This record gives sequence, structure tokens and C-alpha cells, in this order.
Amino acid sequence: MSSKSLIGTVNKKGQKIVDPEYLFNEAPRERFFMTGSEVVKEAIRRASVDISVSYPITPQSEAAALVGELWVEGYVGDYFRGENEFAVMSECAGASFGGARVFTTTSGPGTLRAYENFPMWVGSRLPIMINFMVRGVNSPLSIQPDTLEIGLVIDTGMLIWHAETAQEFYDYLLKGFLVAEEPDVHLPIAICIDGFFVSHTKDDVMITPIDMAIPPYDPYRSPVPCMDMEVPPVRMMRDPFVMKSNYISYATQASWQQETRAACERSRKHTVRLLGGLIEEDRSDAEILIVSSGTALAQGREAARILAKEGIRVGTVKIKTIRPFPTEEIRQATKNARLIFVPEFNVVGWMAREIKACIPDNHRVIAGPHVAGGMTLPPEVIVDEIKKVLAKNKEAIHG
Amino acid sequence: MDKEKIKINPEFYDIMPVEYQELVENATYGKEDRGWKDVGSSKELIEEHSLCAGCPESIAFRHILASLPNPEETVMVGSTGCTSLVFPHIALHNIHSLFGNQNAVASGLKRALAYRFPDKIKDVVVLAGDGATVDIGLDMTLQSWFRQEKFATICFDNELYANTGGQESGLMQKGFVGKMAPAGKQFEKVDMPGLAKTSGCHYVAMLTSSKPNRVEKVIRNAVLIAREIGPTYVQIYTPCILEIGKQMMEGLQEMRDSEGPGQRFEYQEFITDEAKAYMEAKHPKKKRKKKRVEEKKVD
Repeated sequence: MSSKSLIGTVNKKGQKIVDPEYLFNEAPRERFFMTGSEVVKEAIRRASVDISVSYPITPQSEAAALVGELWVEGYVGDYFRGENEFAVMSECAGASFGGARVFTTTSGPGTLRAYENFPMWVGSRLPIMINFMVRGVNSPLSIQPDTLEIGLVIDTGMLIWHAETAQEFYDYLLKGFLVAEEPDVHLPIAICIDGFFVSHTKDDVMITPIDMAIPPYDPYRSPVPCMDMEVPPVRMMRDPFVMKSNYISYATQASWQQETRAACERSRKHTVRLLGGLIEEDRSDAEILIVSSGTALAQGREAARILAKEGIRVGTVKIKTIRPFPTEEIRQATKNARLIFVPEFNVVGWMAREIKACIPDNHRVIAGPHVAGGMTLPPEVIVDEIKKVLAKNKEAIHG
Repeated sequence: MDKEKIKINPEFYDIMPVEYQELVENATYGKEDRGWKDVGSSKELIEEHSLCAGCPESIAFRHILASLPNPEETVMVGSTGCTSLVFPHIALHNIHSLFGNQNAVASGLKRALAYRFPDKIKDVVVLAGDGATVDIGLDMTLQSWFRQEKFATICFDNELYANTGGQESGLMQKGFVGKMAPAGKQFEKVDMPGLAKTSGCHYVAMLTSSKPNRVEKVIRNAVLIAREIGPTYVQIYTPCILEIGKQMMEGLQEMRDSEGPGQRFEYQEFITDEAKAYMEAKHPKKKRKKKRVEEKKVD
């Protein structure tokens, strides 16, 4: 049973399984005004999801509950509330090992409680989709928007996409399954949005028809056997690799880690096809650039508009995929820039660190402004930062 | 999957590993009246293991695999510990992911299989040590029972963390001096069968692996009841001879000494009325009883 052969057939709920290319590029869309949480419901409604496991934590609780409604309505195969995020991600793993398309959501502290599962998902090649509605993870307790959480998961081996708007969020949720499930990728995917800014605010979203769904997951296209006792081999190993102190064991472990990282890189071609690229440039030939992801970039774009009015030309580069990181794309996009500002919603500035690590002459990168703990990032703050640095540079040149 | 699916293409027969050839030719895989008596005479589902010589866990493991009612449609979930050294060798799909999450993984797995194969029997069986079941994974063990997840949980109780070298576990006896319990364990052995009963298990058994007949009966009950009725729990004493200072030939005697009347592993069995009615209606006892009578007649 190949997924492609199901195109034109009808799923259990009576939705027509359509070619994704058609769904994304040609199918009629209708405008809705909805929150990010409602976006989750509408995307998952059209995503042929088999299993979803939920657990409450602000700000993703509403989205997780709405997926439950989809189960009652018959759009999702099975759904339940797990006991904590570590268990939830293990429940998701079990379902994915069993050949199901799996979706879940969490936020901030939930992400960290679940953390041990993520490298395991990667190593087990489980193409689970997790939606991180990111929030603070610090103490004293904060439920406010904060992207530190993304910086903490970037080296787990998952694909990580960061949607800026509700519309991107809708499209990434549907497209993410298709990229993550490609046989040469077959990795978990995290779709990140900024908590509250995207999850709780309403925005215009163009939605595909309710009676159309993407093809279901085909577990037999996996590069590793599905654990359903339907496919050989039943005996998988002749020698367990754990705790063996020998070269073969180490080499196996090392090469598998390299392979999962390579699989993440191989997702590029599928991602470029579906998202139109890993970055989005606007006037990137300018000497001053703002480079970031998510709503921090939205604020940066507004800052660039304000500065343009004052005669200061500023371009923007939006990073859509944090893993794989668009290294080459960023090098190209920033090659003429004299100053690269990286606004962020976290205290450490991990995005600036990522960019500094991949471009030549990285003294050009200004790690900021960054705010944390729920502080907002008004465009004026970015404008001030840019002006301050420009003034300092002038002093340096003239003084 | 039926045995037909693992049949080897004649063109490739000679290059397949010999243990795979033997599995296809001579396994109890796909045989209805399978049981512990097949051990040694037909190809076992455990190819080999890297446990210590004389480890009671190894024989318990072999008897359990020999007793699964439907191995061709059974997926096992393990956890970190000595059992994770055996699982990779077995001829069943099996999952080891993290330490302690086995009942959570099994919950997701069972639901996925039930959704994907509504017209097929797919058994899920958890097999993990006492550290995984009762300490680090207790939350998930109990929660899966509260939720009435339909799979069997088997705990190899060796009363300590064997694979990491003999540390105190919740199932260790009070007063036992082990690593991380340098002054002797300060609290009682956790009453896991008691917790299982109050947490919603429909079948609970506590035993040692000294009697293969009993292991076979209990495992069969646990898997069959879990398939249709709800969660089941089996706790088997598999002493870690290495960590309690026994020789490799002394495991069996240790189990016998611990299962006498009033001892901590005295045989216990609990079954709900619902499960009992189901077993009587759908899976009446095997013919063995008759056989035993016949044997007596011969005597």
C-alpha cells in the first residue's frame, strides 16, 4: 500500500485524499480569522493523523484539547491525555513505532521534561510531529513567550521549523509531515511558534477545503522496520550494541549518529520544494541586515520599515528552518552586509551564536537586541539598537 | 504476520544466517500448542543471550517466550537493564527506547496497532526489571493500568539494580545491604501486586521462575486477559545470583527457598470476575489436566 496510490480515495472520515502539490498550490482556499490554537485544529483535521497524545501546559493547552475534539469528530484515529510530558513523548514513540502518524504539542517546561525522548525519537527514526508553542523555562516561573526552548533542542537531531505567522503555521503543520516522513529523512519534526504571539492572537489564515486531506503515513516506506510484526526481519540483531566495548559497536553507534544528522541535511531538497527555501530574503543587498526567525523577525521587519522612512536602508532575512540550518543560504544572503542584527526573544542570543558560527567576518553580527521573561520587543527598540551601533561606528571611523 | 512472510527466498537461502534458517524451519513461531516444553527441542525465539551463566532471568525469559500464545502477532516492549541485553536477540519485534518508559511506549504502541489492525489480534507485552517497573517507571506503570491499557506487564524482580551493579531498588527487601543502601535498606519491599490490584489490573500473579509449568500458565493468562479485558501484571522472582553472593548453580534453590509458605515470593494469583468469566468462556484450560490424569493411571 503506497500513499501515492491512495490519492483520489476517501479516508475514514470521508475526506478525499489529494496530491499534496495540488492541495498546497491549486486547491481553493478560504479566509478565516483564527488563533494559532485554532490553526492547529484546522491543519490536523486535514492531516490524516492516526494518534495524538496531549498534556496541559500553557500556552499549548487549548490546541492540544482541540485535537481531542477532532478525535471525537472522527478526524483523528485515537487520542488521550497522558500523565506528563516525558510519558506523552514515550506514548507518541510507541504509536510511531507501531506505524501511526503521530502529532503532539507542548511548551517550555513540558519540552524540557520530555527532553530525553527527542534524541531517542531521532535515533529510532520516528517521524513524529511535535508543535512547540514556546514559552519561558526559567525560575521564577514564567509562562510568557520566550524562545530559549528552541535553542535547547537544536542539537537533538530533530528537524526544527519556526513559523512566524498563523498562515505559515498552518502550512508548516501540513507540509512538515510530508518532509519528515520521506524515506531518506524519516525524522521527528518540531514546528515551533512563539507562544501567545501566535498561539493566542487572531490572524487571517487561508485554509484549504475541509473535505480534502494529505495522504496518510505509510510506515512501510520507513528506512527501519515498523514494529508491527507485519514485516521481516523478526530477528533484528545478532549482537546488541549496548555496552559492548569493541570497535564494531562504537563504529555502529558513531555512524548511526552521523546518518541521522545526514538525514536531517537530506530534508533540504524536500523542504525547498515545499517551503520555497529555508530562508526568505527582503532587500538583503542592504548594508544593514536584520536576520532572525519567528515573531522577532516580524518586529525586525517593522523596524526596517521605520528606518526606511528615515532614509536608512535595512534588509531582512527570515530563517524558516533552524534544523537543518540554512548555512550556505545565510552566507550568501549576508555576503554584502556590513552589520547583521539578530533580534531574539531569549536571554542568551542562541540565534546570533548560530549565525556567527557559519559566516566569515562574524564581528559583523550584533547579538541583539534580545529580550526575555515576557518582555516585548517593540520595533523602536530594534531601531534604537541599530542607530546606537551606527553612531558608535561613525565615532570609530571619525574619532 | 504468518510464518509465510519470513520464508526465505530459495535463491538467497544459503547466504542467510544459519539461525534465521533454523527459525523458519523449526521454530514454535506459529504453533498453537506451544509451551515451555518446546524449549530445547525446537528453535527458540531467543537465539542466545549475554546474561551471566546460571542467571535465572535467562531461563525465565526463555520460558516466557515459549509461553506466548501468539508470538507471530506479538510485539514486546523492554526497558533498560539486563533484559535489554537479551531483547536484541529475540525473534519478535521488540522496542527498547528509554529507562522506565516501557508502559508509556506500550500504551502508544497498543493503540496504534489496534487502530491500524482493527480485525487482527496484536498482543503487546512489556517485560522489564524492577527498577524500570517500580522505581523510575512507576508513574507510567500505574497510569497505564488506570487507563486500562490492554497489554501485559511482566516484571523481572531481582530486588536490585542488577545491570548497574547491585544498587537498592524499591523491590529490595528491607534491611538488605546493597550499593546505595550502605546501612541496609530503610523501608519495606514495595507491595507491587497490591498496587496492581488497586490500580485496575484484571490479573495479577507473583511467582518465581522455579516452576516452568506455572510460568507458562501465568504468562498465557496475562497475555490473553490483557488482549480482551484490560491490564495484567506478573511479577517473577529472578534472583541476581551475582549480587546476592550465590554461585551459578544456586539460582534454582534460591527461588525455591523464597517461595515457600509465608515467604515473600509465595505464589499469589488474583483474577477479577470479569477476567475469570472471559477465560472460562474463550480460553478453557488446556488438555494438560487430562494428560496428567492419564499419566497417573499409567502409574
